[in-house]
Formats: sequence, C-alpha cells, structure tokens
Amino acid sequence: MTDATPSTQNGPMLSADGTPLKKSLQIALRRQKIRALMLIAPLLLFVLISFIAPIADMLFRSVENEIVSETLPRTVIALEDWGYDDGKAAPPGEDVYAALYVDLSEAEELKVHTRLGSRLNYETTGMSSLFRKTGRGVGRMDTDIYADQFIALDPRWEDPAAWIALMDAPGISEVLPETASAWSSWQRILVSKNDDIAEEQPEDFLYPMLFRDLVRHPADRVAAYDGPNADMLAAARAAVDGFEAVSLEEQFIDIDKDWASPEIWGTIKAFSSPYTAGYFLSSVDLKLTPAGIEEQPESQQIYMLLFGRTLFMSMVIMGSCILLGYPIAYLLSNLPLRTSNLLLILVLLPFWTSLLVRTSAWKVLLQQQGVINDILVWLGLVADGDRLVMINNQFGTIVAMTHILLPFMILPLYSVMKTIPPSYVRAAKSLGATDWTAFWRVYFPQSVPGIGAGSILVFILSIGYYITPELVGGTTGTFISNRIAYHISSSLNWGLAAALGTILLAVVLVLYWVYDRIVGIDNVSLG
Amino acid sequence: MRKFKKPAVDLIRFVLPLMALAGAGFGFLVGTANDAPFIGLLLGALCGAVLSLVLAKFVPSPRAGIAAATVLFALAGFALAGTGGLIGGAVIGFVLGWLSYWLATGRYRAGTPVYATPLQVLWHNTFKFICAAIFFFLIAPIVTVIPLSFNAENFFTFTPAMLSFDPEGYSLKHYRDFFTNPDWQQALANSVQIAPAATLISVTLGTLAAIGLSQPHVPFRRAIMAILISPMIVPLIISAAGMYFFYSRIGLQGTYIGVVLAHAALGIPFVIITVTATLVGFDQSLTRAAANMGADPVTTFFRVQMPLILPGVISGGLFAFITSFDEVVVVLFVGSAGQKTLPWQMFTGLREQISPTILAVATILVVISILLLTLVELLRRRSERLRGLSPG
Repeated sequence: MTDATPSTQNGPMLSADGTPLKKSLQIALRRQKIRALMLIAPLLLFVLISFIAPIADMLFRSVENEIVSETLPRTVIALEDWGYDDGKAAPPGEDVYAALYVDLSEAEELKVHTRLGSRLNYETTGMSSLFRKTGRGVGRMDTDIYADQFIALDPRWEDPAAWIALMDAPGISEVLPETASAWSSWQRILVSKNDDIAEEQPEDFLYPMLFRDLVRHPADRVAAYDGPNADMLAAARAAVDGFEAVSLEEQFIDIDKDWASPEIWGTIKAFSSPYTAGYFLSSVDLKLTPAGIEEQPESQQIYMLLFGRTLFMSMVIMGSCILLGYPIAYLLSNLPLRTSNLLLILVLLPFWTSLLVRTSAWKVLLQQQGVINDILVWLGLVADGDRLVMINNQFGTIVAMTHILLPFMILPLYSVMKTIPPSYVRAAKSLGATDWTAFWRVYFPQSVPGIGAGSILVFILSIGYYITPELVGGTTGTFISNRIAYHISSSLNWGLAAALGTILLAVVLVLYWVYDRIVGIDNVSLG
Repeated sequence: MRKFKKPAVDLIRFVLPLMALAGAGFGFLVGTANDAPFIGLLLGALCGAVLSLVLAKFVPSPRAGIAAATVLFALAGFALAGTGGLIGGAVIGFVLGWLSYWLATGRYRAGTPVYATPLQVLWHNTFKFICAAIFFFLIAPIVTVIPLSFNAENFFTFTPAMLSFDPEGYSLKHYRDFFTNPDWQQALANSVQIAPAATLISVTLGTLAAIGLSQPHVPFRRAIMAILISPMIVPLIISAAGMYFFYSRIGLQGTYIGVVLAHAALGIPFVIITVTATLVGFDQSLTRAAANMGADPVTTFFRVQMPLILPGVISGGLFAFITSFDEVVVVLFVGSAGQKTLPWQMFTGLREQISPTILAVATILVVISILLLTLVELLRRRSERLRGLSPG
C-alpha cells in the first residue's frame, strides 16, 4: 500500500491485481470455505449414505403402513363409507365383498396375502390364519357359475382375444368399471408369471365383476358402447337379468365366519391408511382398534414396563458408576503424575478390553457353579445347596454393566478434577473448615461438571445396551433394546421394532443435546 | 520454626491388637475351610500377635522380616494342605509381615500431614483401601479369565486340581481347539478381513474431513460435526436396526461390503475426534511456510502436515480398528453366517453352547488389547512431544 497513488487513497483500497481489497478478501474467504467443504464432502456423503439414511429409513418404517392399501386397494376404497360404529355395525355390503374378492384373488396369485395377514395379525390375532385360509378358498368359490353362464351365452367370452379387444376399447372403464379394474389385476398376475395374455384363458374372478357391471346399468347405457364386440356385450346385458347369482358375502362367510364380524372389517379399515400411528401406540401399550385408541389388555402391557425398567436400571448403573468412579478419579487426580499414570492403566485396560471378554468374565464369576459361589461355599459362608443366584437377573446386569461402563465415568471425572486447583481446599481449611466442609462446600461443587458429563455418557450408553443384558440379564434384567432385537429377528414385526427404536433414539438425542450443552461435542476425549 | 516430632507408635496398645485382628481374620478363613472356624479364629489371632511381637523386637530389617514371615507361613501351609496351602500360606505370611512393619514403623501415616488426627489417618487409609477395592473390581474379572483358560476340564471354574497347582489340572487344549476348530478359524479370518478394510475407509475419509473441519472458516461446522459424531452417540441397537432395514432394501444385507460399510461408519467418530484433537495443536504457519518455499498443497500435506499428525491418525485408526474388531451388535444384524466374526462367535458361544474355548479367545483378546493400549499410549506421548505440549 506504500506505493498507492493519492487518487486511489480516496477510493476503495486495492489489492495487488487491482480489485478492491474487500472483494478480493471475500473471494479468498469463499475459496477457503469451499476447500474445507470439499475436504469434508466425501466423508459427509459416506456417513449420510451408510448411517443417516438407515436411521431415516427406520423412522419412516415406524409409521409406514402401505401394505394394506397396496394389497387390498379396492377393498380400502369400498370400505370408506362403512362405519365401525362401536362394533354394532352390520358387515359391509356386497360391494365390499366383491372388492375383497378381486383383491384377494390377485394377492393370492402374487403370494402376498400371507404377508398382509401377518401384518394385520399384530393388531388382531387370528388375522394371519384367516387370510391364509381365505387365500386357499378364494379360487374354489362357487363364482365359476358366472363364467359358465357367460360362456354358454356366447363362447367368445372364453376367448382371450375377444376380452383383449373389449378391454382395450376406449371408454370401457366407464361402461364396465369393475371389470376393467379386475382386468388390470389379471394383467399384473400374468406379468408376474411371465405368461402371454393372449394365450391364457381369463380367470374366474373376471366374470362376477362383469356380471355386477352389467346388472347395474340399464340396457341403453350398455348399448351406447360401440367399440369392438359391442354385440357380445349387448347380448350379455340382455341375458344377465336371468342369470343365477351368487352372493360373494355368503361365499366369504362360508370360508370363514369371521368375515361377518365387524371386528375384522374394523381392523382392516383402521389400518387402511398408508401411514399409521399404530406402531407407536403399540410401543406405549396402547392399541389402535376399530373403535379408536384403547389400552392393551393387562397381560400384554410390557413396553411401558420395559421402558421403565431400562430407565430405572440405567439410573442404578449410573449411580453405582458415580459411587465407584468418584473415589478413583479423586485418587488419580491427587496423586503425583507418575503414579496416577500407572494407575490409569488399570482403568484403561478394561476400557480397551473387548466387551464380550468382560461379559464372559462376569458370566464365569457370577454363575451358580462360578468362581464367586465356589469361594463362598469353600469359606462356608453359603451352603452348597443354596448357592446365590447372581446371574440371569437384574443384579447380574447391573454388576456387569457397572464394570463395563465405569471407565466412561472415571475418565471425564478425572479430566475435570485434574483442573481443580488444590489451593482452594487448603484455603478453606486454613479458614477453619473441617475436612468434610472443605470437601463438600469447596471441592465437590467444582467437580460437578465432571459428574454431569460422566453421568450422561454412562446413561446414554446404558439405555441402548444390548449384548450384556442379553447374555447376563435373563428375563428380568433385559432392556428395551433386547425387545427391539427380538422384533427384528424373531417376531419379524419390523414396524414395531422401528417405533420402539425411534422412541429410544428420541430419548438419547435429548440427552445428547443436554450433553452438548454441558460438555460440548468437541470436548469428548478418549483417554 | 518448631519441628514436629513423629509420634511414636505404641506397640502393645496399637500394633498388637490390630495384628491379632488381622490374624484372626485369616485364621477364620482358614478355619472355616477346615470346618473349625472358632479354633482358626483364636489360633490366627495368636499367630498374628506373636509374629508382630517377634518381628518388632528382634528383626529390625523389614525386608528380612517379611521374607521370614512368608517362608514360615508357606511351610505351615504346605504342611497343612500341600501345594495349594504353600501358596496360600505364603500370601498370608507376606501380608501379615508387611502389615506388621507398616503399622510398627508408622508408615501408615506416610500420606497424611504430621498434624493429622488419628481419625483423619484412619479415614485416609480407609479411603486408600476403598480405592484398592474398586481397582480390584475393575481388574479382577479380566485377570480371572486368564488362568481359567488353561483349565484341563471343560469347566468355567477352578477345579481342585488347579487349586493345588497340579500340572495335570492345566492344559492348552482350549487354545488348541481355537486354532484347529474350523468355526473359530473362519470367524477369525472374517474378523481379520473386515476390520482392516473398515479401518482403511474410516481413516482415509476421516483424516481428510478432520483437516477440513479444522480450517478456520467452515460453514455449518456444528451441524457437520454432529452428523459425523452421531454413529458414536446413537445406541448400537438402533444403528443395527436401521442398517438392517436399509441394507436389505438395497441388497447389502448379508454381504461383506455391507458389514465393512457399517463398521466404517461406526469407526469414523473416533478418527474425527482423535485427528481433530491432534490438529488443534498444529501450527498453521508451517503449511504457509512450506507453500512460501514453493511446495504445492499435496507435497505440503505429505511432507509437512502428515508426519506431524501421524500419531493422531494412527491412534484414531487403532480406535476404529478395535471398534470394528470388537463390534457384535451391528454385524449380528447386517451380516449373515458368511460374515460371522470373532465377537459374534463368542456371543453365540456364550448364549448357546458354552465352551471354555471362549475363555482362551478372551485371553488372546486381552493380550491384544494390552498391546494396542501400549501402542496408543506411546503414540500419544510421541504426539505431545512432537507438538511441544509436554517436555517429556
């Protein structure tokens, strides 16, 4: 700037290449920002895809419920006008049964009706067997008389080519709406089987729909249709009034009398929307029934108990970690550095040792034929007959998890206590405080941030623990995470697992936010 | 200034009763094991008192005294209960001998100021004792596993043969099983294939991102940091569930690549944390100096920045490695039988067919973790020295 001419001194300052200094600094800053982002981008992308996307998927799954409206699209629409009316409603009309008939015929061919059955079985027991039974029965209904009557009337009704010509005609979906819809199902079935539509004889379920379409319209409406095979259709319209009819409602009730029950229809209706709060309601021991939200029966209320137990046991574990970790951290921070580094290894060794090693060690120590019981028996403190039960219960889980999580309490506590100047306590004592007062009024308040950091860390870790409760928890010492794992791998109720996981995640994130407030994410230290 | 005189220790009124008490404790333990608790109690008290009297009066050298007590009690133990008794007796003798001198020479006051009241001294020693007990709680379970892994029987506890130090009671058969059993070997091979690949991904991407994050101007720094650290905060079971759902959607569930990706994501926070911590002390003027002398950014990175942050990168890598190597929840869900890792095999072993081979594996893993711990500690010191944070 020394060689700046007087004329530029009044204007903006310029950098070496003549651009205003302010602008050139902005450009440099922007370049720096972009470079930093470019360095971060690959990892950010990686974490977003490999970690954040799965979490988002889980959140989505906890409300997703498209299976009902995808498998039974027509039934769901037909049910819209039907009300459950606290179980006093009559079963829905013939229209709904007709819709169900086509939906189930398609689902049975595509082999998806059992999946829907198991999905609805989570809400109302018996649904799974009902759908399996109906899937077997739907092809054997008496509805074949329609096909026979149409074909007797005109053999062209048996010819795939005539059907294709009719169904491809413009405006047919207005004349024969239900038939057209059933025809699209038929097309999807054939595509899934890799069959040619021109060679396969039309399936039975098309004819009842054709019958229903035709009886509904007055003859002149059908006569207005002038596409291919109009004569065949007109002849059929003229004849259908004399056809022998079959009630689909009766056919379904024949297969299983549950189809007359408003409960079943209410459940289908209640879970017909593509998104549902049902899983979340189940996670808090409520239930979405046709009549609205109800409490689960007493015997099935386990989730609140499990959440409560998880929180309670995490508190106990956190408490015992504070109790055991505080003296150690105090000792470490008041010893000369050389000694404390040596003792710190005793804390870090368990920290570095595999979780399964530590869990198996506790299994070895605590079991009834284990080391601790053996020693007690040898010493004569416990009779051989009544050895202590210390594993597969809450006690075992608490002991093992306290041991596993203790380093996570000691390390943050130690790093806080190291920064407390010893002169404060000395000053307090020289002013006449007793040992206890000096500790409680001067030292302890300064160590509280360490307790806070350690407690939240231990609490966050323990409420999501799976392995240790699974191995040493038995039935009374298991956590909510064990239930999540059970729903993923055994009961296959993924939606419920996702909802339970979402609730747990929400709790953890709130705690994480608190932790960030107290300690800061950047200040997490690793020994 | 008046010099405080060390208060003398009263042998008869202070040391002897305490030693009798300690002896009584040991005597009671030995007595109950031999079905005569009361006699053991009395004999033990007598032994403790007499020992301390003799040591204090006639053996001024602590080292000789403790050795003598150890040998004496060991011989008595051997006469009473063979080899096991020998060891037990030696331990009791050593403890009693040491305790006697500790009390008699006033060393129990060592950590307290001379003006401390007896109550303060008592509390000081109780506190030390409590801490020792907690350290015992931390270490004992891990240490117990090691001798048990040499058990000759298929038991999870000490057999009488082991307690009497009979060589027959010990064997390497569980280690032999580990090294010959195809299940365990397959699990080991899988672990060895998955962990390094996951570590490589986390370290490369993590180091780059950490360098980016430690630049002075980073937009959305907090949000980005929160996302990158999240795999460490989200409970494993939730990560596992989410990954299971998502990876089965995109066909990665049950594949080697799926497990590696999942483990790499879990290891990333550790790399980010350690490397950013190292970069906090990094002097940015060094890179400017390098650039000033004509080095391009790549040369600057590899010749100037990398050697200085290398300890942090390696210890981050070790953390990522151990995360993957120890991880079991995510692999249980994301992996299939073909990706069964060592921890998975241990998990099923513990849950279903309990075999002491697990203890042999556990011992091997403890040894590995001791090695890793040493390595990380050395790296940390080297890093602090390089950055001039500590004089050592």
